[in-house]
Amino acid sequence: MAIDFVARGQDLELKGIRKEFPGFVAVDNLDLHIPAGEFFALLGPSGCGKTTTLRMIAGLESPTAGKILLGGKDVTDMKPHERPVNTVFQNYALFPHMSVLENVAFGIRRRKLDEPLTKAQQALAMVELEHLAQRKPQQLSGGQQQRVALARALVNRPSLLLLDEPLGALDLKLRRQMQIELKAIQMEVGLTFLHVTHDQEEAMDMADTVAVMNQGHIEQMGAPEALYDRPKTAFVAKFLGQSNIFIGKVTESNAETTSIDFNGKKITGLTKRSEKTSGKIAIGVRPEKTHFHETEPKADPALNILGPGEITDIRFTGVSNQYQIDIPGVGEITVFAQNVGRSPVVELGAKVFVSWKVEHSFGLADLPNGAEETD
Amino acid sequence: MAFVAFGSQAPAQEQKPTKTGRVALILLLPGLFYLALFFITPLISLIITSLKQASASGVIGRYDYGFELGNYAYAVSQYAPQIFRSFSFALLATIIALAISYPIAYFIGVKARDKPLLQGILLTLVVAPFFISFLLRTFAWKQIFSNDSFIVNLLKNIGVFGADSYIIGTNFAVVFGLVYNFIPFMTLPIYANLDRLDIRLLEAGSDLYASPAKTFQKVTLPLSLPGVISGTLLTFIPISGDYVVASRDFLGGPDTAMIGNVVEANFLRIQDYPTASALSVMLMATIVLLVSAYVKRSGTEDLL
Repeated sequence: MAIDFVARGQDLELKGIRKEFPGFVAVDNLDLHIPAGEFFALLGPSGCGKTTTLRMIAGLESPTAGKILLGGKDVTDMKPHERPVNTVFQNYALFPHMSVLENVAFGIRRRKLDEPLTKAQQALAMVELEHLAQRKPQQLSGGQQQRVALARALVNRPSLLLLDEPLGALDLKLRRQMQIELKAIQMEVGLTFLHVTHDQEEAMDMADTVAVMNQGHIEQMGAPEALYDRPKTAFVAKFLGQSNIFIGKVTESNAETTSIDFNGKKITGLTKRSEKTSGKIAIGVRPEKTHFHETEPKADPALNILGPGEITDIRFTGVSNQYQIDIPGVGEITVFAQNVGRSPVVELGAKVFVSWKVEHSFGLADLPNGAEETD
Repeated sequence: MAFVAFGSQAPAQEQKPTKTGRVALILLLPGLFYLALFFITPLISLIITSLKQASASGVIGRYDYGFELGNYAYAVSQYAPQIFRSFSFALLATIIALAISYPIAYFIGVKARDKPLLQGILLTLVVAPFFISFLLRTFAWKQIFSNDSFIVNLLKNIGVFGADSYIIGTNFAVVFGLVYNFIPFMTLPIYANLDRLDIRLLEAGSDLYASPAKTFQKVTLPLSLPGVISGTLLTFIPISGDYVVASRDFLGGPDTAMIGNVVEANFLRIQDYPTASALSVMLMATIVLLVSAYVKRSGTEDLL
């Protein structure tokens, strides 16, 4: 076997990848470049094609069209066992008839490297499970099995490590702990990680770069902060965190600001933060960037003000409260207010105004589903 | 949750006898009674018969109670070739049946998994022979292999066979008949096992640099071992005692007799009941010994 192992991460490039299954297209003309050593997250709802993409990179599915390059080398037609790529499977897929140690040594043995058991022990030590080496996988807890699966993949020092929702089966606390450990291990070994997940917090927390995938294509890609601060499509705005979205025709657009008419109210955003500045567009704002007031704030060109409206729902989530405010003629607006003891005392049914800074608005390139794109 | 996926293999929790335990015992009684009547009683009767001695009256087929261990020595000295042949045939037929059945079971259980219609048709084909009597099917093979049959004539015409060659009555015919008759017993347990094989484990194997052949050797085969063991037991045990296929009325000849044929002859024709019983007892004891050694070696004691 002539597998090209470099013991460090390599960059991955997908060129025009397309995958058709009978009756539907799972991945449509996907281009992607992941630099070596990066922690990259592919984020999307179930059925968006992210797992299919991962399986094509692993070699478990072959693309209908397109090329997969690893470290500049075309691996599109290589069998899975010939690729220097390892996967941490969603269900872990540990071999039930082998001990934990033999599971981890499996890849090393297949490559006929020296001292498979020593290397496997070291990998188990890295995930702090060396004391369970002789157990069978089914004798371990979910979190322990997850670590074994990670050790079994990492011990091979693959050019690229694929993670297929590996934390999905763990409870919240364990998941957060494993996220931190996984990130630490990635920094330590310097491998390229491609993490597939539908958990947006997980993706933002761990990844250097997040690609949001929807219906077989990538909607937007970038650093988590940038993606959250300036979503470019309605899908990203709603899938990555929450958003209040207002649709209206542009009434005024200059170098500084762009405003729309939203049911008679003027909503303004910065022109440099708008994807479109003419016709019918959608402007959004994050709920934690909005504030409410018991008295009408003074009109200010730097503020968007809506109201008055009635508080219809208050949800306590610990660090913050989530308020639903129903403003006649405007609709529902979500406001997050931190529980720092200073927030206004409001009750269900209270009349309030909502405001946010113009610079916190973001203009989207498309309209949310259901909103007709007519002039 | 994923980590209970293999929960079925976890050791069962020990249960203390409780009131429900007593109920279970009562429910077991009919079964125990049945076993005592139809298994233990004949077994004891068989052992007693195997130790009987020739009647003082001298009437053929009449025997007196005794403790004649010489019956066993006589049976072994008289029928050693048939005993040896029985186990050789059983071993050979089991190996051939396994070689034929495993690929069939793999195809039906793994490859045809996402094609339920094909899977159903193939399974029906495996079971189809059961719809016709065992005797009739074996008799059909006697016709097919008979001396003036198409096959024998063809072999003679193309020069493979000499003018006085034949198939019926040869070791080949008997082993062929045994394999043919017992293939479903081998295929079904292996299929039942492979049908539950987690394909994701095979993907994990290939992801960890194992070629398809290596993945089969290291993952599929070890995981399907319980099915293989059940299949080989269900094949080997009945073949060892089979008396139909090797009989001269079917595919056998003068030199193919197995223990079953000898037992049948001693019981029904010669009326030498003690020798027939001694042979039966020895056949049973040998099978128990062989099977327990085999199962112990393959590390699947929980099958017994």
